[in-house]
Amino acid sequence: MKWGVVTFPGSLDDRDTLHALSDVMGQEAVALWHKDETLAGAQCVVLPGGFSYGDYLRCGAIARFSPIMKSIARFAAEGGLVMGICNGFQILCEAHLLPGALTRNRSLSFICEGVTLRVENSKTPFTRVARAGELLRMPIKHGEGLYVAPENELRDMEERGQVILRYVAADGSESEAANLNGSTRAIAGVANQRFNVFGLMPHPEYAVEPMLGGTDGRRIFESIIESAR
Amino acid sequence: MSAPVSLPGEPAVDLNLAAAHGLTADEFERIVSLLGRAPTYTELGVFSVMWSEHCSYKSSRRHLRMMPSRGARVVQGPGENAGAIDVGDGWLAVFKIESHNHPSFIEPYQGAATGVGGILRDIFTMGARPVASMDSLKFGSFDHPRTRYLLSGVVGGIGGYGNCVGVPTVAGETMFDSAYDGNILVNAFCLGLVRRGELLSARASGVGNPVLYVGSATGRDGIHGASLLASAEFDASSEAKRPTVQVGDPFTEKLLIEACLEAARTGAIVAIQDMGAAGLTSSSSEMAARGGLGAELDLDRIPLREPGLTPYEILLSESQERMLIVAERGRVAELERIFAKWDLHAVEIGRVTDGHRWQVRSGGKLVADLPVAALTDEAPQYDRLAKAPAKTIPAIAPARGAAPSAREAIRALMASPNVASKRWIFRQYDSIVQGNIVLGPGGDAAVLRIKGTQRGLALAVDSNPRACAIDPYLGAVATVCEAAINLAAAGARPAGISNCLNYGNPERPEIMWQFIRGVEGIRDAALAFDAPVVSGNVSFYNETEGRAIPPTPTIAMVGVLEDFHRRVPQFFSHPGHAVLVVRSGRPHLAASEYAALFGSDEAELGPIDLGRERRLADALVDAAQAGLIRSCHDASDGGLAVAVAEACFNLESLLGAELTLAPGFDTASDLFGEGRSTVVLSAPSENVGRLTEGFKAAGLEIVAGGRVTGTARLRIGSVIDEDVLELCEIYERALPGRIGDR
Repeated sequence: MKWGVVTFPGSLDDRDTLHALSDVMGQEAVALWHKDETLAGAQCVVLPGGFSYGDYLRCGAIARFSPIMKSIARFAAEGGLVMGICNGFQILCEAHLLPGALTRNRSLSFICEGVTLRVENSKTPFTRVARAGELLRMPIKHGEGLYVAPENELRDMEERGQVILRYVAADGSESEAANLNGSTRAIAGVANQRFNVFGLMPHPEYAVEPMLGGTDGRRIFESIIESAR
Repeated sequence: MSAPVSLPGEPAVDLNLAAAHGLTADEFERIVSLLGRAPTYTELGVFSVMWSEHCSYKSSRRHLRMMPSRGARVVQGPGENAGAIDVGDGWLAVFKIESHNHPSFIEPYQGAATGVGGILRDIFTMGARPVASMDSLKFGSFDHPRTRYLLSGVVGGIGGYGNCVGVPTVAGETMFDSAYDGNILVNAFCLGLVRRGELLSARASGVGNPVLYVGSATGRDGIHGASLLASAEFDASSEAKRPTVQVGDPFTEKLLIEACLEAARTGAIVAIQDMGAAGLTSSSSEMAARGGLGAELDLDRIPLREPGLTPYEILLSESQERMLIVAERGRVAELERIFAKWDLHAVEIGRVTDGHRWQVRSGGKLVADLPVAALTDEAPQYDRLAKAPAKTIPAIAPARGAAPSAREAIRALMASPNVASKRWIFRQYDSIVQGNIVLGPGGDAAVLRIKGTQRGLALAVDSNPRACAIDPYLGAVATVCEAAINLAAAGARPAGISNCLNYGNPERPEIMWQFIRGVEGIRDAALAFDAPVVSGNVSFYNETEGRAIPPTPTIAMVGVLEDFHRRVPQFFSHPGHAVLVVRSGRPHLAASEYAALFGSDEAELGPIDLGRERRLADALVDAAQAGLIRSCHDASDGGLAVAVAEACFNLESLLGAELTLAPGFDTASDLFGEGRSTVVLSAPSENVGRLTEGFKAAGLEIVAGGRVTGTARLRIGSVIDEDVLELCEIYERALPGRIGDR
């Protein structure tokens, strides 16, 4: 399938996402430039991690006004698959393509560590090859990943299955200590109501090779490939 | 030729003004005689930065020449923005370490952040993409009221900048000692990769070629950072120098990296240099000097952050994220388009001339007209008096009362911030971006792969100021050995060095003596490991109110692995594997962390057998390449007992070890001593015969043997029997506990 990976000024993981998709997963993946409006026929658009516009105003707050974001909103409205990783997740929230927001980590400091995630909904285009409750190891690296949303919205999201990934302990149990950034309900990844837009703070693109963070990140990419068939 | 003009409102130039600029009376006279006239105020400012210790290396240059800088791999030695070695498969590694000590002491966040930014620019200005950073940090004791503030600020600054530019911070070292209470050290290292044949230079050529200013606009920050801040001691008024600290903008730096690397690919760049210390002045005059040419600049074209900057301010500004490029004539528009794509300034501000003169215009008037050589090659060079102090061994604390039991000692060592886990620090750094790190922070060395090849690079940074305080020569030798063994433990062969030489005031003969002995130590050890010194930086004047830091040469070493899959982690991985402890010689308690905690009567470092150190490195690399060993950890602070415990701290599953000591090897020196290379390695038991043979043939001592156990218990001879989980908790909680972030 064909993937598009957006480069905003200050994107950092764009090259690594392209590497994971094309060199490791054998996919056709193209770079998309923030000033362009075309999505180059991509079947899934990835907004990568980084510090778009330096995150100077608020994470993702400036990037959402990039010309390409209009095309991405249209693409999502038509049912196209969009995934935001880390800063990409923040941008999708700022653009209201996903519910909620991401705020400063509970520790107030940047955290770079491996985490365990539990797949809470395996019936989405982003998790369909995983089992419900499957545990995935991936790294996080962010300063603002504490997920928040109004309580009533969280309840609705949980009911509809929009909470896709949760931070858990290595054995899969729920644990405040394992929720490193302090996210509400230990939420690590969410989808929109239509389940075609997905955002997550952990980095599947840094978990595709055995010697570099393991291969659990492939489960996310493999699910999307399966969905696009 | 008409003389340059003074501008209205400028102070009269005389000896007093020169002194206020940090120039001596002799130096001022030398300027007048070189010019045949008094300099203008603007020119005086220019001389003060270019002739500062920081820019001119006037006290160190003649001594630095003794370090080995040539070798089969060396493509670029000292003299450019960074050194470069050929690491194979068509790739060059470009690297350098540099100090940002004084700015970080005055304003820790920005000081450290701009230290990272500056060293990154030294790398990508060579056309190389920065792929890894490291830092060597020295703070005062935790009892000092400013230590926590400085630590949080420096770590925040390194992370804030490094994380935002997308260059992983992969390794480092941090030490706390009251010797640094009044003068912390922040040494930042960066390594980049560039294809062979695509290395850029900072040598101007082509008379008439345009000079381009790219990057951020110029403001008033950092004026006299190089002269008054970096090249003078601290005293009570140092806080007032805060405005000489620059302010970093990592977002712009990220754009500048991408734009410069894209511009490099066009082939339209003739020369390029970072506007670092002494900004526009040093970059333009040094590029002209290297090419044996001149330069002509028009300050009216410089992008400014605010109106009204004087020529003096523009020339001396150390605003960050700026580069100067000499472009091929006729290709300016092409470069401008690339910088515009990344929303950056690219402005033609002058041209290369053939007159050997550095000429600057402002408002149509000539405001500086100086021979290029006067600013660079003809800057003063000093052969300062060096004299060993009458008493070379500092008073060290003698043993206090009864010696602690081994149990007390290992627990106290694990809790010492110098030994304890530095996770609190490195988890604040992005260590995985760019997807190359196959051994991350927290071990002996970091290892990264080069994508598209089997090749790996290992990085380590070390220093040993306590040993250097006892003997500045042997301390420097020991530091190089430690870095080399760190690399070898990870499976990499040492290939090149960058050093950052941190000392006190070179105008004092005993400091100059320390410095020269340090350089000699690095020279001898670098030769022993065939690891040439290709870049570096000297930081003098690390003193506060007459008290100098201990001599602190910091060694950053780069090693090469033929196959990164063969990199060796430091943690035990398999219960049942055999454990061997191999060392080059008998360690000592002098200068050890044990001595710092409990005192010691041992005061001598003793000679270091460099041949044996080299053979240990070779034996480890050979064993790693042959796939014989599964883990290897180099003992450093805290000695052997701590190293074995650390090897058990495999966080995926804690393991244990049982070691039998060779007879007579259970003294405090053996268990907790430092100063001779000692490694703890594990291997499948069928490999032990071959390993033992190899080490014995190399003349090395095998002082303990045993096995890895599935139960997390550490047993060393009859002296240590500890629960690994308990030790691990002490080790992991110590630093957050001291910082008050539990």
